[in-house]
Amino acid sequence: MESQKMWRNHHEGYGWVSIGLHWLMALLLLTIFGLGVWMVGLSYTDAWYHRAPGIHKSLGVLFFTLVLVRLAWRYSNPRPAFEDALAVWEKRLALLIQWCFYLLMLVIPVTGYLISTAKGRPVAVFDWFEIPATLQLEGRVDMLGEVHETLAWLLIALVCLHLGAALKHHLIDKDKTLIKMLKPTKRMG
Amino acid sequence: MKKLIMATFALLLSLQGHAAEYKIDTEGMHAFIQFKIQHLGYSWLWGRFNGFDGSFTYDPKKPEDSSVNVTIDMTSIDSNHAERDKHLRGSDFFAVEKYPEATFVSKSYQPNGEGKGVLTGTLTLRGVSKDVDIAIEHIGGGPDPWGGVRQGFSGRTEIVLKDFGIDFDLGPKSTKAQLLLDIEGIKR
Repeated sequence: MESQKMWRNHHEGYGWVSIGLHWLMALLLLTIFGLGVWMVGLSYTDAWYHRAPGIHKSLGVLFFTLVLVRLAWRYSNPRPAFEDALAVWEKRLALLIQWCFYLLMLVIPVTGYLISTAKGRPVAVFDWFEIPATLQLEGRVDMLGEVHETLAWLLIALVCLHLGAALKHHLIDKDKTLIKMLKPTKRMG
Repeated sequence: MKKLIMATFALLLSLQGHAAEYKIDTEGMHAFIQFKIQHLGYSWLWGRFNGFDGSFTYDPKKPEDSSVNVTIDMTSIDSNHAERDKHLRGSDFFAVEKYPEATFVSKSYQPNGEGKGVLTGTLTLRGVSKDVDIAIEHIGGGPDPWGGVRQGFSGRTEIVLKDFGIDFDLGPKSTKAQLLLDIEGIKR
């Protein structure tokens, strides 16, 4: 009974689903970003010239799906409270940054999808299935490319801020902020 | 005397001829600026520029007086693949943000008979101006069914990508591109 409850979030901490999604998506995000930066510099005769963008796009679609799952999970679960020691402005800032994360994690894959499908070709997710084209914004591809790249770097900057903040909470404030994302907190009441 | 002056004047006019000006039919799109380049040496990749404009002068009696002016919208490159087109517009290839237009301005035309000839002119592409020779064939011309007069030509030339500052490595078989210009003009 107790272990079943550990999947869900409660007011004092995250359950395994949120924790798992967080770390899986962290790993995916860094992989997709790294692939993206690396693949655009590949020479035409490189063995990875076609393979790397294929993986980048496939993982991007999976990542986008996970963002939707995560948002659904967030709203069907209680949201763990912030640490009591946090000032009101700190809590507001934390929420604002969370929303920046969600927004970027949704917009970046969408811009990528719009580039690849601009002329009507679908996006393949490995060789499992394809996402068909919809909007076909042919004349906007270069702009979308710049948005995709700029926002990706902005997201990475946010990740760095996030990482720094997590370490600051753990090492300087010595609170449970980081621990809460590592394992589910036992319910107090 | 008056008659003689008139006759002389008429003779002079007819001798001089008058090379009519033709506007390239981009409205009805009876004009195509295409290119092809080898892919790995295994096949031909085709693409085209959808946006361009221009005009030419032509007198069937004095083809050597022909002249051509064309401006190509480089952002309109179309190889039927969104990501490749994006790459072609980028700095590895045509850098269209910096060089949005390419132009061709003819300098001379050397007819070889049978409606063929060589058109020499300056091609400005990616900010580099270079003289190129275009092999021309006059396909046909005359009145159209709608009250206009048309002339149509086909032009072929080959350019070395490196000459125009494009040195992205596509492999040894893909250093040159063929330009295929099929142009119909309507007399102004």
